[in-house]
Amino acid sequence: MSGAMGFLLWVKGPMFNIALAIFAIGLIARLVEIFLLGRAPNYAEPRAGEWGPGLRTMLSRTIADPGTFKRAPFNVVVGWVWHIGFLIALLLFIPHIELFKGVLGLYWPGLPNPVVDLVTAVTLITLLATLVHRLWHPVKRRISTTEDYLVWTIVFMVVLTGYLAYHRLVEPYPLALGMHILSAELMLIMLPFTKLTHIFTAFIARWYNGAAFGRKGVQS
Amino acid sequence: MANLKTPDKTLGEGLREIGLSRRGFLKFCAATASMMALPPNLVPAIAAALEQARRPSVIWLSFQECTGCTESLTRSHSPSVENLILDLVSLDYHHTLQAAAGEAAEEARLQAMEANRGQYLVIVDGSIPGPDANPGYSTVAGHSNYDILMETVEHAAAVIAVGTCAAFGGLPQAKPNPTGAMSVMDLVHDKPVINVSGCPPIPMVITGVLAHYLTFGRLPELDAYRRPMAFYGQSIHDRCYRRPFYDKGLFAESFDDAGAKLGWCLYRLGCKGPTTYNACATMRWNSGTSWPVESGHPCLGCSEPGFWDDAGFYEPVSVPIGVTSKTLIEGAAVGAVAGAGIAALARKAKKEAVANRQPVTIDELEQKL
Ligand code: SF4
Ligand code: SF4
Repeated sequence: MSGAMGFLLWVKGPMFNIALAIFAIGLIARLVEIFLLGRAPNYAEPRAGEWGPGLRTMLSRTIADPGTFKRAPFNVVVGWVWHIGFLIALLLFIPHIELFKGVLGLYWPGLPNPVVDLVTAVTLITLLATLVHRLWHPVKRRISTTEDYLVWTIVFMVVLTGYLAYHRLVEPYPLALGMHILSAELMLIMLPFTKLTHIFTAFIARWYNGAAFGRKGVQS
Repeated sequence: MANLKTPDKTLGEGLREIGLSRRGFLKFCAATASMMALPPNLVPAIAAALEQARRPSVIWLSFQECTGCTESLTRSHSPSVENLILDLVSLDYHHTLQAAAGEAAEEARLQAMEANRGQYLVIVDGSIPGPDANPGYSTVAGHSNYDILMETVEHAAAVIAVGTCAAFGGLPQAKPNPTGAMSVMDLVHDKPVINVSGCPPIPMVITGVLAHYLTFGRLPELDAYRRPMAFYGQSIHDRCYRRPFYDKGLFAESFDDAGAKLGWCLYRLGCKGPTTYNACATMRWNSGTSWPVESGHPCLGCSEPGFWDDAGFYEPVSVPIGVTSKTLIEGAAVGAVAGAGIAALARKAKKEAVANRQPVTIDELEQKL
């Protein structure tokens, strides 16, 4: 059996399993490694608690401080918009919720399709804007690595193929849906081994920072 | 059928013989045109062509099947286009419908093949144990399905695979495919093969393909799966009357909740309409009475390859096949061991580095420069 339907059944079946396994192995291996390596012991007497400042920093570093905003308003605003858009499309689109329910058994209410559709369109435009900005801004272009472009491409592909599939702009539909699922699987596979890991480590790192500052009794 | 078994009679003559008026005949042609999605101005041309057409000899081979496809065809209400067509081909061999049995039946097949060499149509329902499979899984008159198929199609004009089993392997081919079942197009490569998939196919689609062949003397335009575009060109989802609910995000979440009663979209209940190409939403079933989604049940995707091996009839299209949290947990367990191993190695390397540290003084460095 070949063709579009065969492709869809393959990405929904064996390929999904492979991607999920690589993702789980890779991510947990990296997290366990990070936690087991830990931090160098600090023999100084703590001046204040760690938990409070740690948790506070998890939030406070999520919102850019006025200085950063002034220096790079584009990065802050566009970065926020596409991250939120991506999360809404990922977590609140009903077919995606069915997927989480099928794999994890967990589910939650979703948003109506037209809302997710609009958010997805905005996400696509802002993602394009980030690429243009990256190529146009001399400093950003300088510091961009191949990995940065690779990660941008896979994130963009996931959103774009999802948009194309939802609007049935590629015929036959099983091909469109298959491409979307395959892009998402490639993203899952890349996640533990690229900067995409920040999805899981960003908040841990913020906690570490805040906790360290809290211990020293400085503001974070 | 027996009264019409005169292969050299034209369709027009045959129809008059069974008492069909000119008006009735034109009505039949109009139905045929609309079935094939042809414009009404072609009706006279179709009438002229059908008038002159000769009833083709049809050999119907049944292999690993449930007879549901034949049932679908014969259960259509009479007098119907379906019946007319069945009366108007010369059905020379069909296990279920022919009167002859045993040797005489097989003899009829061989005779039809001989008399209509190069001109007869072969219709197949059911899948075939492949050449490498144990032929004993399915035999007719002591011959394997594979041998009969190959022998019969050798001088056929074309082969029509009716039903998903013949078209794509269907139920017999579902995992683990114990009989090594294969589809007609897997096995027949040197003849035109046309797939009329569905479990079963809509009767009007079977007859529509035959009517097209009689009218134009060739097979209709096909899609990538060799299905006639006129019937399989659009997905169920694209023609579904519940589509506005999908677009608004209004879904039934169980078979008896408020959404189900209001006729909302069945996506969350496992509807495969989005990935399924068939004519149910437009032609409907039981002489146009209704169709599965209209009666409140999700589409199973019966006209698509591998539909038995998809995640499950009641799992939404977006749910992966055979994937559970077990994969995640097992992966995580392996990952934890791997991570611990990497961390242990890193610690060891660090310890060794500390132990073997050879401090360098500034003087030494300057000497090296
Ligand atoms: S009921 Fe099925 S075919 Fe109809 S709109 Fe919903 S998903 Fe599509
Ligand atoms: S609605 Fe779907 S499952 Fe039902 S007969 Fe039509 S194509 Fe097959």
